[in-house]
Amino acid sequence: MKHSRKFAALAAASVLAMTLAACGGGGSGGGGGGNSGGLSGDAAANLDARGPITYVQGKDNSNVVRPLVDKWNASHPNEKVTFKEQSDKADQQHDDLVQNFQAKNASYDVVDVDVVWTAEFAAKGWLQPLKGKTAFDTTGFLPATVATATYKDTLYAAPQTSDGGILYYRKDLVPTPPKTWDEMMGMCPIAKKNNMDCYAGQFAQYEGLTVNAAEAINTAGGVIVGKDGKPAVNTPEAKAGLNNLVQAFKDGNIPKQAITYQEEQGRQSFEAGKLLFLRNWPYVYNLAKTDGSSVVKDKFGIAPLPGKDGPGASSLGGHNIAMSVYSKHKATAMDFMKFMTSQETEKFYATQGSLAPVRADLYADADLVKQLPYLPVLLTSIKNAVPRPVSPFYPAVTQAVQVNAYAALKGDKTVDQALTDMQAALGAAGSQ
Amino acid sequence: MSMQVEPQTRRGKKGTGAGLENKEVGQDRKQKTQGKVALLLIVPSLIVLGIVIVYPVIDAIVMSLQKDAGLDPVTGSFVAGGFAGLYNYIHWIFEQCNTPNGQASCPAGTLGSQFWSATGTTFLLTVITVALETVIGFWMAIIMSRTFRGRSALRAAVLVPWAIPTAVTAKLWFFIFAFDGIANTLFHTSILWTGSEVPARTAIIIADVWKTTPFMALLILAGLQMIPDDVYEAAKVDGATAWQRFTQITLPLVKPALMVAILFRTLDALRMYDLPAIMTAGANGTTTLSILVVNQIRIGFNSAAALSTITFLIIFIVAFIFVRFLGANAVESATNSGKAK
Amino acid sequence: MSVATLDPAAAKSVARRRERWVSSRTYVSAAVILIWCLLPFYWMLVTAFRDVGYTFDPTPWFTHVTWDNFSTVFSTSLGNHFAQNLLNSLIVSGVTTAVALLFGVFAAYALARLEFRFKFLVLGFVLGASMFPGVAIVTPLFQLFTNIGWMGTYQALIIPNISFVLPLTVYTLTSFFREMPWELEEAARIDGCTQGEAFRKVIMPLAAPAVFTTAILAFIGAWNEFLIASQLSSDATKTVTVAIAYFAGSQPHQEPYTAVMAAGTVVTIPLVILVLVFQRKIVAGLTAGAVK
Repeated sequence: MKHSRKFAALAAASVLAMTLAACGGGGSGGGGGGNSGGLSGDAAANLDARGPITYVQGKDNSNVVRPLVDKWNASHPNEKVTFKEQSDKADQQHDDLVQNFQAKNASYDVVDVDVVWTAEFAAKGWLQPLKGKTAFDTTGFLPATVATATYKDTLYAAPQTSDGGILYYRKDLVPTPPKTWDEMMGMCPIAKKNNMDCYAGQFAQYEGLTVNAAEAINTAGGVIVGKDGKPAVNTPEAKAGLNNLVQAFKDGNIPKQAITYQEEQGRQSFEAGKLLFLRNWPYVYNLAKTDGSSVVKDKFGIAPLPGKDGPGASSLGGHNIAMSVYSKHKATAMDFMKFMTSQETEKFYATQGSLAPVRADLYADADLVKQLPYLPVLLTSIKNAVPRPVSPFYPAVTQAVQVNAYAALKGDKTVDQALTDMQAALGAAGSQ
Repeated sequence: MSMQVEPQTRRGKKGTGAGLENKEVGQDRKQKTQGKVALLLIVPSLIVLGIVIVYPVIDAIVMSLQKDAGLDPVTGSFVAGGFAGLYNYIHWIFEQCNTPNGQASCPAGTLGSQFWSATGTTFLLTVITVALETVIGFWMAIIMSRTFRGRSALRAAVLVPWAIPTAVTAKLWFFIFAFDGIANTLFHTSILWTGSEVPARTAIIIADVWKTTPFMALLILAGLQMIPDDVYEAAKVDGATAWQRFTQITLPLVKPALMVAILFRTLDALRMYDLPAIMTAGANGTTTLSILVVNQIRIGFNSAAALSTITFLIIFIVAFIFVRFLGANAVESATNSGKAK
Repeated sequence: MSVATLDPAAAKSVARRRERWVSSRTYVSAAVILIWCLLPFYWMLVTAFRDVGYTFDPTPWFTHVTWDNFSTVFSTSLGNHFAQNLLNSLIVSGVTTAVALLFGVFAAYALARLEFRFKFLVLGFVLGASMFPGVAIVTPLFQLFTNIGWMGTYQALIIPNISFVLPLTVYTLTSFFREMPWELEEAARIDGCTQGEAFRKVIMPLAAPAVFTTAILAFIGAWNEFLIASQLSSDATKTVTVAIAYFAGSQPHQEPYTAVMAAGTVVTIPLVILVLVFQRKIVAGLTAGAVK
């Protein structure tokens, strides 16, 4: 590019040496993330090669990864793994991965990706498809977690950890937890009698609302994006689902302030004894038991999310582990991926980091259940879970869901209108 | 200080001649040698600014003419978008999106449908905050200009909100305006500050006014202190009421300083990002243009580049209007200082 | 109202009463301003010193006082590296300020002292640059730095910061330099100094306070920057403002309010001290150019 060269020449005169590099490498311009050519080439290379690799993951907050890497290295002296720790902020992890994939950085061999990015990275041709020589056996994995790692019918990553929503309820006031949404709504007079709010989830306009709206829609039998990857949210089922939330807001069964709730505000209200039912993640369990200001320490129980006639459809959190197509030692990378998702490793995630396993039988493990009493409930939740839409345009997808669901919850739009707009916005998201 | 508020452009034509006439008339040679020295001294800064501002702006324009990478419907892989012409600009300004059914107006829930509402929000927040800051700042400046014990303590105290990083301020107000937060507790209200448009915007306006009024007050105070006391004394003797003194002496004399302060604040408010990004994440009608750009970056940066260029142009036009028609001439204030002394 | 028609004694007492009334009104107003400016800051302190188990306790004075939040802030066990973030902010703001001063001093000297063509244009450009929306350069730089692998480096933050700190520096210094006693420079030159020598030996020492004040303003500006840092930093270069906005709790969804407020206190206290100590200089710097 002409202008960048011109400025580079000018910069040479300046003392600011670093700015030189800014312009020297300034061949930016258009194009962007496209990576059409050579994908099959990269994916087909180095399949049998072994040697040292790097594993990239977000902040290892509860010191789970380091001991595992040490263990691997002790038994694989010639195929050592270096652990590269990223930021604890999801956006920054995403940007760091994008940057290194774009640069075809061969030293990002095995990466940990948030479930909602898997499709984007797969579509950009950065993740090794897990088939043929690099096939990965998902027997024993919870199917919903495998779905988060699948794009266009091909597995691109292995499920590593999971997370699902569960229902917290006041067992002192409600002896048996509600199994269905209608049943739960029927219990709301109990809350009223006790001067409490009935139900809350995460309804502020942010990612949590996508999770909650998707749960409501999926629970009622609707979908956001169909099996063919096309948006299919404008259906009677989806309408019934979203309408459940809208109606609950209207009736006051969901308190009006819940429109501002993220995870923490709901937890706060529940711990203060002001809320009968709360949809939240498993992390609340220990905090509600131990927090100084919690008045519900021994008064709450947990249950699967209430559904239409059985357990509801939770959205899924968690992470997948994937291999870069640019890795030089894919055989080692493959083994390491298997090691990082093995039965033993999964158990270690749970005991050491309270991270929910992706393997079904661990949820019945007596030691684990003793330490994390919510596991059986969480298993039901994850078994019935539906992943958030698997889309390479996830940021646009979640925006489409949030904005329209939020407008419906506030009563700014009818449910019909909200779903029509959501459908249209999801359509536009893919072809911008 | 110069009381004229001639627009810079008219004056700029004559260039340095206007600044010279007092002392150094006719020293052409001196000007020439000084010119060379000046060039040497200034060029490095201009080069640096060129690299950090002009280059990215040009780069953004180049990027904005490219289409973002799209998806191949068969393989599901990304393919480069190619040349887009002005598509990205049309996309924002006319809120037109590519949908499966061809070009249509952007559906609610896409970023493309938020351009005009974001522009409206940005201007609304700007007008309200700047107006409040001017009025309150004026009042604070008048108080601070009086002589009383503890005056310097007061002047130091008003700098505290200004010195706290906006990101910290935003977190603080986010906490204060939570439903169970101290604001509702203190006033025995149960307002959902982040639950609908008016309260959410009010919360942001309060936070912004708190943070930046001191800056405004100090600029106005400096203007007030330029007015000699005897002007007021004379007016008092002539029987002018306090209100008359304010409107006929204070206001006109402070006006140049005030206009510059308003210009600074307006342009700053038009790029507001930190407060809404942290307090509401843009929900409930608080998406400003800056927030919209940042949201777009990860969805498609060529389109984001077009939007950031539009934002830049909008701010540029506002600045131009201020300087050209409202007499807020910051350049003149800077170049004429000292002359009046 | 004509005071002249009243008898002198009554006039005196009216005036005195009026004076007292005005001054008490002034004190009330001053108190209102003081409370308005400091109350949120006070609440930040209250929260910062409150036991985390009582995060949502609305008692408006110091209760459940503890230092724990501050150890939480500096603890790395939750994945926060606040000490590193502080260092990052220091490096980024420090280098930005130094570079801006290095270039800005010369440009400001020329703008304030020398006559040359296009001066208005240059000043206009500098001023325009200082009001430039950061978001307009973040997008291209985001892509550029991604392509050349600069995301997560210090220069990726310093370069965009210079875009607003350098114009601010030039503008403030220009205004300061105009006010300086340049006669001394003339005198030095009559004594045989060249312009350069006069600048170094006479003007530099005189200009030091102005440069110092400008440095404080530039530093605070860079220290408080959020938009650029939030988009172009990585974990390694994360600055305090970003760290505070996205402070991690002990659980993925938990927001540690008390620790965040403690972190805010840590970041703010030095600034508040700076502001209190250099109040006069800062006010002079802020208002330089805008009014004189």
